[in-house]
Amino acid sequence: MEWETVIGLEIHAQLATRSKIFSGASTAYGAEPNTQACAVDLGLPGVLPVLNKGAVKMAVKLGLATGCTVAPRSVFARKNYFYPDLPKGYQISQYELPIVHDGELHIELEDGTTKRIGVTRAHLEEDAGKSLHEGFEGVTGIDLNRAGTPLLEIVSEPDIRSSEEAVAYMKKLHSLVRYLGICDGNMQEGSFRCDANVSVRPRGSTEFGTRAEIKNVNSFRFVQQAIDHEVERQIDLIESGGEVVQETRLFDAVKGETRSMRTKEEANDYRYFPDPDLLPLEVDDALVDEARSELPELPDAKKQRFVEQYGLSAYDASVLTASRELADYFEAVADAAGGEGKLAANWVMGELSGALNKAGLDITESPVTPAILGGMLQRITDETISGKIAKQVFEAMWNGEGDADTVIEAHGLKQVTDTGAIEAMIDEVIAANPDQVAQYKGGKDKLLGFFVGQVMKASRGKANPGQVNDLLKKKLDG
Amino acid sequence: MSETSKTVAELAAGLKAGEYSSEELTRDRLARIRGAGAELNAFVTVTDEQALAAARAADQRRQAGGAGPLTGVPMAHKDIFCTRGVRTSCGSRMLDNFEAPYDAHVVERFNDAGLVCLGKTNMDEFAMGSSNETSFYGPVKNPWDTAAVPGGSSGGSAAAVAAGLVPAATGTDTGGSIRQPAALCGITGLKPTYGRVSRYGMIAFASSLDQGGPMARTAEDCALLLEGMAGFDARDSTSVESPVPRYSEALNGDLTGLKVGLPKEYFGEGLDGDVARVIDEAIAEYRKLGVEFREISLANTELAVPAYYVIAPAECSSNLSRFDGVRFGYRCDAPQDLEDLYKRSRGEGFGPEVKRRIMVGTYALSAGYFDAYYLKAQKMRRLIKDDFMSAFDEVDLILGPTSPTVAFNIGERADDPVKMYLSDIYTIAVNLAGLPGISVPAGFSAGRPVGLQLIGNYFDEGRLLNAAHRYQQVTDWHTRAPEAFA
Repeated sequence: MEWETVIGLEIHAQLATRSKIFSGASTAYGAEPNTQACAVDLGLPGVLPVLNKGAVKMAVKLGLATGCTVAPRSVFARKNYFYPDLPKGYQISQYELPIVHDGELHIELEDGTTKRIGVTRAHLEEDAGKSLHEGFEGVTGIDLNRAGTPLLEIVSEPDIRSSEEAVAYMKKLHSLVRYLGICDGNMQEGSFRCDANVSVRPRGSTEFGTRAEIKNVNSFRFVQQAIDHEVERQIDLIESGGEVVQETRLFDAVKGETRSMRTKEEANDYRYFPDPDLLPLEVDDALVDEARSELPELPDAKKQRFVEQYGLSAYDASVLTASRELADYFEAVADAAGGEGKLAANWVMGELSGALNKAGLDITESPVTPAILGGMLQRITDETISGKIAKQVFEAMWNGEGDADTVIEAHGLKQVTDTGAIEAMIDEVIAANPDQVAQYKGGKDKLLGFFVGQVMKASRGKANPGQVNDLLKKKLDG
Repeated sequence: MSETSKTVAELAAGLKAGEYSSEELTRDRLARIRGAGAELNAFVTVTDEQALAAARAADQRRQAGGAGPLTGVPMAHKDIFCTRGVRTSCGSRMLDNFEAPYDAHVVERFNDAGLVCLGKTNMDEFAMGSSNETSFYGPVKNPWDTAAVPGGSSGGSAAAVAAGLVPAATGTDTGGSIRQPAALCGITGLKPTYGRVSRYGMIAFASSLDQGGPMARTAEDCALLLEGMAGFDARDSTSVESPVPRYSEALNGDLTGLKVGLPKEYFGEGLDGDVARVIDEAIAEYRKLGVEFREISLANTELAVPAYYVIAPAECSSNLSRFDGVRFGYRCDAPQDLEDLYKRSRGEGFGPEVKRRIMVGTYALSAGYFDAYYLKAQKMRRLIKDDFMSAFDEVDLILGPTSPTVAFNIGERADDPVKMYLSDIYTIAVNLAGLPGISVPAGFSAGRPVGLQLIGNYFDEGRLLNAAHRYQQVTDWHTRAPEAFA
């Protein structure tokens, strides 16, 4: 039987507010355990939550950017369960009435087509603390620094049909939250993590199969692996006569497999009810307008503009708009290069990306600034250097030898365009290779390339390749 | 000064006139708490040292010319209000060792005003009770008859004021916990509009119902104290941003033409005959003051107790989850694992009434029961509120008994939760609607005090206090003191 995979993702994006969602404690990552937990975060008796308005505006921005409806009134509820890293014994989260709902996100597939993935809802909630098992003998440590950190849980419709689509969706959302400046997207620190609801069904069926929820996957690669493994497991199970049970599973990154955490029967009854300590959240038009006015150019719009303004291919435009930082870098290079968008795109996606990858650096950490790279591209355009020599110039610039003009000057890389000088080099090459000249004249046209190579070598790459070509032909054929 | 029946207003005047210092007054009342008052068990913690330091500071402030109207007046806080540096037990073994690193909003305000806190008063465990018998620290006795309960949950505060150990104390009222003990102890107690007084630092029982308020001898004192307690606090999202009137300056308004409703449901079956007689006499007094009475109906009154005993336990089951033995409070000895830690810490730390309500509330919120209990109760709550709103279209205030009976004996209802819950039948609806209510001493039945309840519209505390004060000008029930403590 042929199987179809059905996936829905729940993404938890940690909102980039300075303080927590219901208290004034800092959200900075990596502090000493329990140094960023105030009375509210510790769940001490008598203290009360007060909603952070910054988190609300961020949620509204995500809603606007995904075409969601912003709810004029939403409600915080309590999700009740006992766990040592949950200080109050309940998590404050939006349940029945989320702040934004019913939007969409368009992802690009391998074949170049785009697909719409529905966004069911996004709701505000507080994060729990962390249990620390390492470094303790016979006891568990609790770090409540993360308790109360604002999260936006973004829930997709079950519109995703493969692990590749899941990764594309996750990457798209990752890029979006960073464009919006509402989440730093740091996946190692858990700022952007994913729960995947996975089920399979016979292709053509319209009913959903029983789903398993894979919890807390925190890298694109792991999401792909976890889903692939889970799909395989479910198909094997069904095909061997078994049944998928509704359960929560954990992804073991070391073994590359999922394992059961708890079944539906073991699941908590969360006893949700509206939190009486918080009034219903009202979002008025003024706040929506304010959030809208602060929205940056979003990835899809930027991509379209890159195609139109710089004449880039859709593929190049989408690579360059994958992150706001990369897009900004590219535009600065194109600007410094006098608007040569295509050339800028080739260099940013080619030489620069390669060097950054090799060095393990992010675009924001590039030792070559956009102005310096753009300046070098101008020297290509005005034929001061050839594209080939430019690679040498780039390497020097990467190593901190200064801008293009400085490097060209210091290394004497200026292109030779003086016809007399080139002719002199051609004469020497012809004189030194009488056999090849004879063969060429005998009809072996392909040898022209050999002569061009020899002349370029003699000029140490600096001769203008076009001129060399023309002059050689004239001499050999004449 | 030795007249223990002196009111806040009288003591404030004495301090202002220099008849005695705050330190002298504080020493006197502390001695009384340790002496004659000790048998009442009204205090969980007496803070002699802090009180004397605060009194001396108040005296210095007065000398420096910076005294406010209440500077130097002694008082006590119900042990549900968090006090920095002094244990806040909430009447529970669970918090027997708990010291909050912050002051409640109300505590902060009274400290700033220079009031001198003598200690923390006894209460039903986590404010769950109507008799003060559920306290981990033992029952409080009623100063009028030590065989009787003082009411609850603010029973320690009520007994302390009635016995003249302090002229005033704070209380909290979730279903009647200020008004019912005020009635049973013969003092005046005001439950303000929900949102009038910040709940910050007040340990939660049922967050949508809890409200702090003053307990004192007179309406005038309650007015003075409420001026100090009320007002917006950004730390409580349910605190209301609306200016606080000068209640104490509007006490003498003429009552002629005031329209007061008598809900027929508050005078029916279950009301003790003697209590009914006392209320009738009070109505007659009010008529003399020009008040016009009319019968009204609060048709859904009978829904109040059942709705309350779903909503309050539901909220408490969640509010009390934080007491898990992990970070503060009681922790069982040598827990074997996490589940054992939870089960024994909570099993040993909470008393039976608290456990009963947590279980009821957990059940009411459970999958499959939520609609039938919690949602239904919320609908009933809406009906109850609508009844009051229609009534206030016709009348300015509502009058009735505070409690169906006078104080019952210790142990008498301890084994019958339903009978106990009915003690609050006239007060609970007021919390469900979020309205202000006041209990005023109105007479006696067999030597035990009877309380009269006045209910007002939202933020109409001024009118309530005015009506209570005018009644107290023509009656002397509020000046009576139990013989043993006179």
